[in-house]
Amino acid sequence: MNAHLQTTVDALEDQFALEQHTFRDHLTLTFERELISEICTQLRDQFGFIVLTALTAVDYFGRKSPRFHVVYQLHNREQDARLFLRTPVPEDDPVTDSVVSIFPNANWYEREVWDLYGIRFAGHPDLRRIMLPKGWEGHPMRKDVPVKVEETRFTFNYKEIDLDKRYVEE
Amino acid sequence: MGIEEKTGNMGFVTTTLEKVVNWSRTRAMWPLLSGLACCAIEMMSAQSSHYDMSRFGMELMRASPRQSDLLIVAGRVTNKMAPVLRRLYDQMPEPKWVISMGDCSSNGGVFNNYAVLQGVDKVLPVDVYVAGCPPRPEALIHGILTLYDKVQQEEITKYAASR
Amino acid sequence: MTIHNEVTSVSLDEIKTLVSQKALDGETMLLNMGPQHPSTHGVLRLLLELDGETIVSCIPDIGYLHTGIEKTMEDKTYQKAEVVTDRLDYLNTVGNNLAYCLAVEKLVDLDVPIRAQVLRVILAELQRIASHLIWLATQALDLAAQSVFLYCFREREKILDILELVSGQRMMTTYIRPGGLWRDVPVEFESAVRTFLDEFPRRIDQYEDLLTKNPLFVDRTKGIAVISGEEAVRLGMTGPSLRGSGVDYDLRKLNPYSGYEQYEFEVPLGEHGDVFSRYIIRIQEMRESLKIIQQALDKLPYGPVRSNNRKYVPPPRSELGVSMEALIHHFKLWTEGFKAPDEAVYVPVSSPRGELGVFLEGDGGPKVYRAHWRTPSYANLQAIPKLAEGHLIADLVAIIGSLDIVLGDIDR
Repeated sequence: MNAHLQTTVDALEDQFALEQHTFRDHLTLTFERELISEICTQLRDQFGFIVLTALTAVDYFGRKSPRFHVVYQLHNREQDARLFLRTPVPEDDPVTDSVVSIFPNANWYEREVWDLYGIRFAGHPDLRRIMLPKGWEGHPMRKDVPVKVEETRFTFNYKEIDLDKRYVEE
Repeated sequence: MGIEEKTGNMGFVTTTLEKVVNWSRTRAMWPLLSGLACCAIEMMSAQSSHYDMSRFGMELMRASPRQSDLLIVAGRVTNKMAPVLRRLYDQMPEPKWVISMGDCSSNGGVFNNYAVLQGVDKVLPVDVYVAGCPPRPEALIHGILTLYDKVQQEEITKYAASR
Repeated sequence: MTIHNEVTSVSLDEIKTLVSQKALDGETMLLNMGPQHPSTHGVLRLLLELDGETIVSCIPDIGYLHTGIEKTMEDKTYQKAEVVTDRLDYLNTVGNNLAYCLAVEKLVDLDVPIRAQVLRVILAELQRIASHLIWLATQALDLAAQSVFLYCFREREKILDILELVSGQRMMTTYIRPGGLWRDVPVEFESAVRTFLDEFPRRIDQYEDLLTKNPLFVDRTKGIAVISGEEAVRLGMTGPSLRGSGVDYDLRKLNPYSGYEQYEFEVPLGEHGDVFSRYIIRIQEMRESLKIIQQALDKLPYGPVRSNNRKYVPPPRSELGVSMEALIHHFKLWTEGFKAPDEAVYVPVSSPRGELGVFLEGDGGPKVYRAHWRTPSYANLQAIPKLAEGHLIADLVAIIGSLDIVLGDIDR
């Protein structure tokens, strides 16, 4: 593991309750969602993780108990160290703190996660839908939303599906 | 005028109004400059030097729907884009034609999911479908020539009643 | 399934935090640009607040090409999910495949033969040149240089011919597969690439003759949309848009993948961080890509192009008739697919637009559990309110062009 990453994690472990997980060369830290602002501020100011590479969410519908994980990917370019943070977010109260004040480019990523997963970010300046139209209901990337919207056409249901295509010209 | 030199001493040409109108419609069909996704790149290829669509009298892509006759739906149409596309179509003056370019705009293609409209024919009347993901420029040109054939067979009695 | 029949209107209430007070009083004008506009490179929509001709604020509205690619990938096995990755950033299809395959290979710990790695580099760099050619064509077209557009597409056809030669498709190649390549390149490949290598440097000189010292082009690009290096890093910009501001960040140098560490090439850096610097950088990058292709072609070794690990990679066609095990492996792979561990990996590669990263998570089964694409255009476009502020509305097309955005890359 990267030496800088090791010192960072050691320093963080002294202060916060963290859960470490390593796979290949990825170090993932899992912690409570209340800590995210504090940890991100420390990582940016003291350990040089100035870039938020990406921010996304994963839905563990029916697999894990806090249903969602919000995943943050931080990058320290001087030391070439990548750090992954995960905060579990429960289904009945899908709110976590926004990190826009710490990383300005989190703005659109958080809007996207709100749009597609329905996780709210408290303190976000402009939490609107970004990908889907304004009147859309639901959050389609959740695992309980089916992937397919139209059935495959066969001879027995060909006409039903064709009825939907109002403007087919002969 | 030019036509005298070619026809020699014939003096005049007889034909039907239908044929003349249809012929002139096909010879200067201006497509709308609107690309959506991957197919738009192939549409640009078809326009540019290698394939050179201007051989068929359509080198002029118009950026304004008010000046164009042909809407090439090039790429996947999403649910957010569909009303915009419909409005573009409504803004085009008659007569107008639509080519659905590529699998995604024809029937959703590989994207059978929440975001993509399963076929642009749910919101627009389509004249010619071009298959492929993305179709080669030759395929697009073939689609346009197919549309020309179709336009040349249109009947004058149906001009006013169309759509 | 409901179809939203209304064109999305924007009410002033929901964007009042984004525009200045003057817009609410009616002193400045709000203007809608896009989603159908010839210079937004796709279906980008920008809401502009204008004071006369000067842009006070610029609010991007994206999502008009949101395709749900990540959701579609969750429904597919690891091999089949690759097909939709082509359609993400449709100017960098080989690069998308490469990023995805590297992620799968990292997830299941799969080795790639040397020959496949070298061929991957050659194809990825060819695709980078093709992508930069499209950028150059459209950027020049936006600034009214139409002949450059025609020249660039002429050369791009040559690259697409090479891609068609190896894979049978012009754009959506899906040629790079987890564990190697689909098949070996045909014998004509080397001479085709060498012909291109001989010819292309002269062509770049031609483009530069047309643009670099052209006063019309220079006046419209120099000093436009200046952004400092620190600001660009803070906004998460990557790729040539960041390197135009003088920040040395290229993943091909920083974390080399696919054997990029063996090739000698420079990472061109800009000085001023304006539209012109980004133009110069992309032109230089095309020359550097040619160098990489030249070196890779010279050292192209012979050998297999697919990993021999039959649990993840299908056996060659020729074995199916003679070996029972090969037939079983083939059948298992194409019906069920291979299983990946319940873990997550993130693999970044350097796309023509910047850091293209794949966050791939498996659940122990044969299907992709979660794939998130960290796309460079999405991050770069977030900087556009900053870049466009205070410029004339006529310069906005140059600014959009200089970021080299691809809407398929942004909206996914």
